Amino acid sequence: MSRRLITAIEIDGAGGHPGAWRGPEVDPGAILTGELALRAVQRAEEAGVDIATFVDTLEAPADSAGAVSVRLDALGLAARIAPSTSRIGLLPTLTVTHTEPFHVQAQVATLDWVSSGRGGWVADVSTSAEAASVIGRREPAPAAELWREARYVVDVSRRLWDSWDDDAIIRDASTGRFVDRDRLHYVDYESPAFSIKGPSIVPRPPQGHPLTAVKVSTREALEAAGDAELVLLPGSVDLERRIAAVRGGSTESPLVLVSVAVLLDEDQAAAERRAEGGSFDYIGGVEGLAALVREWQTAGADGVHFRPASLEIDVPVIAEKLLPLLKVTAADRPGTTLRNRLGLSRPANRYAKGAGR
Amino acid sequence: MTKQIHLAAHFPGVNNTTVWADPESGSQIDFASFKHLAATAERGTFDFFFLAEGLRLREVKGRIHDLDVVGRPESLTVLSALAAVTTHLGLAATVNSTFNEPYELAKRIATLDHLSGGRAAWNVVTSWDAFTGENFRRGGYLDKADRYVRAQESLRIVRKLWASWSDEDVVLDKEGGVFAREGTGAFADDGAHFSIQGRFGLPPSPQGRPVVIQAGDSDQGRDFAASGADVIFSRHGSFAAGQTFYKDVKDRLAKHGRSEDSLKIMPAVTVVVADTDDEAVEKARHIREQQVSGPTAIVLAELIWGRDLSSYDPDGPLPSEDPVVGSNITQGRTGFNDPATIIKEWREAAEANNWSLRQTVINQQNRQTFIGSPSTVATEMNHHVQENAADGFVLVPHLTPGGLDDFVDRVVPLLRERGVFRSEYSGTTLRSHLGLPR
Repeated sequence: MSRRLITAIEIDGAGGHPGAWRGPEVDPGAILTGELALRAVQRAEEAGVDIATFVDTLEAPADSAGAVSVRLDALGLAARIAPSTSRIGLLPTLTVTHTEPFHVQAQVATLDWVSSGRGGWVADVSTSAEAASVIGRREPAPAAELWREARYVVDVSRRLWDSWDDDAIIRDASTGRFVDRDRLHYVDYESPAFSIKGPSIVPRPPQGHPLTAVKVSTREALEAAGDAELVLLPGSVDLERRIAAVRGGSTESPLVLVSVAVLLDEDQAAAERRAEGGSFDYIGGVEGLAALVREWQTAGADGVHFRPASLEIDVPVIAEKLLPLLKVTAADRPGTTLRNRLGLSRPANRYAKGAGR
Repeated sequence: MTKQIHLAAHFPGVNNTTVWADPESGSQIDFASFKHLAATAERGTFDFFFLAEGLRLREVKGRIHDLDVVGRPESLTVLSALAAVTTHLGLAATVNSTFNEPYELAKRIATLDHLSGGRAAWNVVTSWDAFTGENFRRGGYLDKADRYVRAQESLRIVRKLWASWSDEDVVLDKEGGVFAREGTGAFADDGAHFSIQGRFGLPPSPQGRPVVIQAGDSDQGRDFAASGADVIFSRHGSFAAGQTFYKDVKDRLAKHGRSEDSLKIMPAVTVVVADTDDEAVEKARHIREQQVSGPTAIVLAELIWGRDLSSYDPDGPLPSEDPVVGSNITQGRTGFNDPATIIKEWREAAEANNWSLRQTVINQQNRQTFIGSPSTVATEMNHHVQENAADGFVLVPHLTPGGLDDFVDRVVPLLRERGVFRSEYSGTTLRSHLGLPR
């Protein structure tokens, strides 16, 4: 129990409950301006939350009148929030099935630059027919095949982040050279799905490698979990076995966060009423949730990823009531980059030669 | 009627206009540099801030070009971050239509438009070369002739998606439980390059739809711009060439049923300001010398000659060989259409002035557009606009991030005094700054 608990929150629309936008406390117009998300992330950061993740899919959300049927691009939203925060890690979801790997890695690297080393991504695949048809380049494919491909995208992204040595920019006026091209590297990546020449267009990001997370919500995603530095594991049942399954697949064990949909209210009846129409892992008061979180930690989880029912209602409760119970405080985590915050080392560059690089 | 001038700020790019060796030159990648230049542009009540795009590092003779700035961040992500630290400034992203899909483009740019309260613009560029294609899963698959077909189709579809919602579709009726009308955002398109269908997940922003910028200069490119762009980012900064281009493009608008003021022509220009005209001329010469080192002079000459000139002394005479037409000695940058004519002009100028190769490059290639005291620059710029050589300018500073300080502090106040440039923003969206309808 001496390990420190890692905490994360998920940002999606007005919250995880489909009707969250209807609450009197919510200005639904602030979903599209990004202000609702910004306020939630700032509250979380102030309370010491380590990471905000941002939900996205390539296709639009479901076309349902009662729910929030619009969604901002998660990468853009995370970038918008970066200058208005200073400590919290920002992990938008990026799908890799229909997108160009070269763009994906450049976008995540740029998020790391604009957040001064707080960037990362939740790598995801697009299995739906809807996603395939908005791009129109390929048929929907089985999840196992797409996750195999996603692993190539994660791999080539890290290679492209390494394609610039940290000290590639030399600005040597005496020879007129801005970069030392011996410190830039072609990755010459070949996979069954695609090939990429490199180098990246973006200099090596502040963290070396922005953080790669995977949400293991399917059996097929489990294979990719071994490549991630952070795994979001939905639900809390059968936790020990599932954590072992995640860790079993990897040589360098990822951090595992239990990912739970939560609706918090000390008045159980009121909580149940608000939960109607949604689906949650936990409905109730903060003491009960805190006790569960301690159990999950004992079962081997490194932390917890809260998916709040309402950004406006539940994030303040998490920030002001739950985290103090869990002894999480803002002062806990010094360090400028997300990797520092999580106790992860800055990866060495696989291509760099010579001492001091 | 006196025309109002439009102004944009270009973040210094990966060519030799940018002087990186100057002691005042800051980071080309830290967000602080982008924030600084955007803040300067907003202080100067500019219309927009402009970012170019890179998809592959440039190469000369098969090796990465190392003499100019190399590398840059991805433009839409930087602009989304800048939306947080600016309030009125337009945010223009260059994004290639060849290596992106219309649905993704529409989604990402519409997101920036919402996050910025209606300040987004898309500069549509095209490429076809296999060199750039080597970084993409779909490779360099496009014929050169096809690139505008794809760009045009891409733009048409992107706009279709942006128009797939009306303002009324966003209901936000909490009591009735209707966030948005069902069935909105549905689209389908079947063209030569795209066959897609689905639902678009973003309604119009406060400016209706993002501004579209186009930079093509060929006949095809001009028609493309005349058919659908809101702004042309042109390369014709000089007065005479500017007037010719201006008339050519504006004359094309009628056949597309468009009015002359629906398309703003904004050439890229460089400005050097000093206390007096003489000091400005001297300062401009110093900057040009900084921009063209000996090795850079050789590389620029190689771009024109299309052959390896590394054995030449930049401080010696011009190469005596003829150019190689259609060479690919430099990759990832625009070449010259008529190298023989350029070389003839260079030889004549070098002979008349007794210039070395480097001196010739400095004098022939990189003359700044506006050089003078604040009053001279303001007068000339206004003259260009009132006489229809331009509707405004995209200013390309040679320094990051302080390169527009002089202009904003010394020239902008004069333009304001003369009643040809805004003193404050009258609207909050980019369309409003540009005088374009929502």
